[in-house]
Amino acid sequence: MSAPFDVAVIGAGVMGCSTALHLARAGMKTVLLDRGAICREASGVNAGTLTMQMTRAALVPYALRAHEMWMRMAEWCDGGHVQAVDCPGLSVAFTEHEIAMLEERAHFRRQAGAPIEIVSTARAREIEPGLSDKALLAGHCPIDGFTSAYLTGRAFRPALLNAGVELREDTAVRGIQPGFSIDTEAGELRATRVVLAGGVWLQDMAAWLGITLPIKVLINQLVVTERLPPVMRTVLGVASGLLSLKQYANGTVLIGGGWQGIGDRERGGLAVKPDSFLGNVRLAAHTIPALRDARVVRSWLGLEAETADALPAIGPIPGVPDAWIIGSVHSGYTSGPYMGKLLAQAICGQAPELPLFPIDRLLAKDQAA
Amino acid sequence: MIDIAVLGAGPAGMAAATQAAQRGASVVLFDESPAPGGQVYRAAPAGYAMPRDADRAEGDALRAALAASNAVVRTGHRVWGVGGGPLVPLGEAAAPFRLDALAPDGSNTITEARALVLATGTHERIIPFPGWTLPGVLGLAAATILLKANGVLPGRRVVVAGAGPLLYAVAAKLAKAGATVAAVVDLAATSEWIAALPALMARPDLLARGAAWRASLTLKGVPVLAAHRIVAAEGVGVLQRVRVAPLAGGDYRVFDCDALTIGHGLVPATEATRAFRAAHRYVAESGGWVPVLDEDRRTSIPLLYACGDGSGVRGAAAAPASGRVAALAALRDLGLIDAASHATSRASPAADFARASRAGGAMARMMALRPALVAAIPPETIICRCEGVTRAQIEAAVEDGATAMNQVKQFTRCGMGPCQGRLCGEAAAELVAARVGGREKAGFATGRVPLRPVAMDALLGDFDYADIPVPRPAPI
Repeated sequence: MSAPFDVAVIGAGVMGCSTALHLARAGMKTVLLDRGAICREASGVNAGTLTMQMTRAALVPYALRAHEMWMRMAEWCDGGHVQAVDCPGLSVAFTEHEIAMLEERAHFRRQAGAPIEIVSTARAREIEPGLSDKALLAGHCPIDGFTSAYLTGRAFRPALLNAGVELREDTAVRGIQPGFSIDTEAGELRATRVVLAGGVWLQDMAAWLGITLPIKVLINQLVVTERLPPVMRTVLGVASGLLSLKQYANGTVLIGGGWQGIGDRERGGLAVKPDSFLGNVRLAAHTIPALRDARVVRSWLGLEAETADALPAIGPIPGVPDAWIIGSVHSGYTSGPYMGKLLAQAICGQAPELPLFPIDRLLAKDQAA
Repeated sequence: MIDIAVLGAGPAGMAAATQAAQRGASVVLFDESPAPGGQVYRAAPAGYAMPRDADRAEGDALRAALAASNAVVRTGHRVWGVGGGPLVPLGEAAAPFRLDALAPDGSNTITEARALVLATGTHERIIPFPGWTLPGVLGLAAATILLKANGVLPGRRVVVAGAGPLLYAVAAKLAKAGATVAAVVDLAATSEWIAALPALMARPDLLARGAAWRASLTLKGVPVLAAHRIVAAEGVGVLQRVRVAPLAGGDYRVFDCDALTIGHGLVPATEATRAFRAAHRYVAESGGWVPVLDEDRRTSIPLLYACGDGSGVRGAAAAPASGRVAALAALRDLGLIDAASHATSRASPAADFARASRAGGAMARMMALRPALVAAIPPETIICRCEGVTRAQIEAAVEDGATAMNQVKQFTRCGMGPCQGRLCGEAAAELVAARVGGREKAGFATGRVPLRPVAMDALLGDFDYADIPVPRPAPI
């Protein structure tokens, strides 16, 4: 058998790719495994939103740094990029109740470092002329933007290979024995360290190591229109966070916001729920009235992982030396590349620039370290 | 809730709906066209008097039987949404099927049905070549629709090119309707037609019709080039001429024309079966990916059936029988007829289908995708015209690690536009397949709603903000 890898990263989404890339660049012999293709699950099908106004307050410092990474991706990813667009973001309120929510949420995010200011409808419509006159108030954040998430795998791949990462797609892992011996469909491989980076499948992966880590699965729906003349120029959301809207350079408008469809871990994203589909597009057209004239060409779904407290699972796995986990980051794509960089720092024995999110808090008492 | 919904009112769908309604089921038949008929048996629009032909007569007979049945016919309805059935949360029992359709007045209608029969027909395969996106180049099937529906010629001087019987039908009908047919350019060699003759003997009527078409072309002195292909369509802003060469290579010939109608066969429309996650398999001689069916046309999804060319190309003559077999299976599975009645009733349409399939299958083989045509596409030629993706870009994506159609789509945008891969999918998949070891490996793009682009305005209706059931927000 060949010499063991220094580290095996299981799951080639944005978290796994970033972690593997940074580990390999730090000199580790790295294998990156996925049962499917690189960034073909949530990392490749999400809305690509780089907004602070949907990010949980505790994650704002991470998202700000990740925003910078996405914007400059070509510089650190060997030219690979995801067509990131830097533009302002607006989060709007249509009711008195939403005004209160907007102000409260802006306050907490501002404290966490997001430069959000509350602006009048008139000011908001200067920033976003496409905005409905029914908006009552808006949160404005100059740091916002979006990517073409479907390019994420293609953007990471050359850099991973250049850094010496052995990328094994279509290689499902079936289990891990201590040591570590990793049992795959294509045979066994050995690694000194493992990183579990499997999105909504982290629950099953943690079980390989005897860890019970409940992960909730969100089935997020997305809808895209055909190409339109310019109807908007910002990233738009609503105070509740249940809308994300942006228009790409090619004219298509992507409508998201985390409305729930039908699906699960076993079957993936199966189908949109008609009521959620209608609710989501109505909310979009209520916010940008010009969307009424658009045609919808496709909908799809992506699976987002969430822990019991909706905060990330990033850090060492208690009781299993040299085993690490990364995932369940709310708005995980937004913060993804930075989270991978932090975890790589920790795995290499350095102090991470910002604190990790150890999972002890999420485990039953007898499992926590 | 109704018993059986039928999607597509071509020969298979009309026959399925008629059969089911005759046996007492409540049936609703949907089609986006203004009248039942489908493509081959397309009805003349209201107010048009079109000359009668054999197709028209067969279509009229199916339409008359449908009209005499109790089936509810919803023409002018564009079904954009399919759901229910197996598309339910884990652990829940299968739901009734749900069809969302835009009615002629622009409103959205929702229909629930216990069983769903898909008779969605085909779309045309056009393997790209330089200049194929020029105005003046259109599909062979598209040309027949123009002719049949409205008596409109695609041009004055037309080159008819591609594969299959449609080639000669279109050429003969164009010539009869007053166009000059500059040339017929057939991919098939004369030997292929001769090889198909025994199978065609099963349908002497069709054979005679085909012979008459060819004779009329010969009489008019139309050049018919066998084993030739269109190398390029050329012109400044609009089609002016085509370049034609033998498949085996050799000298070009140039034909001046203002229209090129070209079709390289028909591809079963599997948007709905893909959306339901039914099992599919790739059968080149049936036109491509088809749902896996049992002998009674049941898909892998309970109470979901597929018939007609949408379940594998066998031609219009075979379609009604396949529709009747599907309808009888649905009636049986819903408990509306007993096992003995089912066994007795299915024998005749099953035999009809087997007989008609011989001729239809031979024609389908003639129209099957020809890999050499794909291999001949120059690198800079656009494959996906919605998104402007070239052959070279698709192959670069494969080089960059995209080994299946979903990932190729992500890496290039090929198939992300309004046609959702209906036009580019075949050529793109074939290019990928050549590099990854076959169409089964290359797979297909996941099926999703809407099945057709759908106007937001029609979906939205009138609503107040308070009507939007905004879910509970995530914690701050």
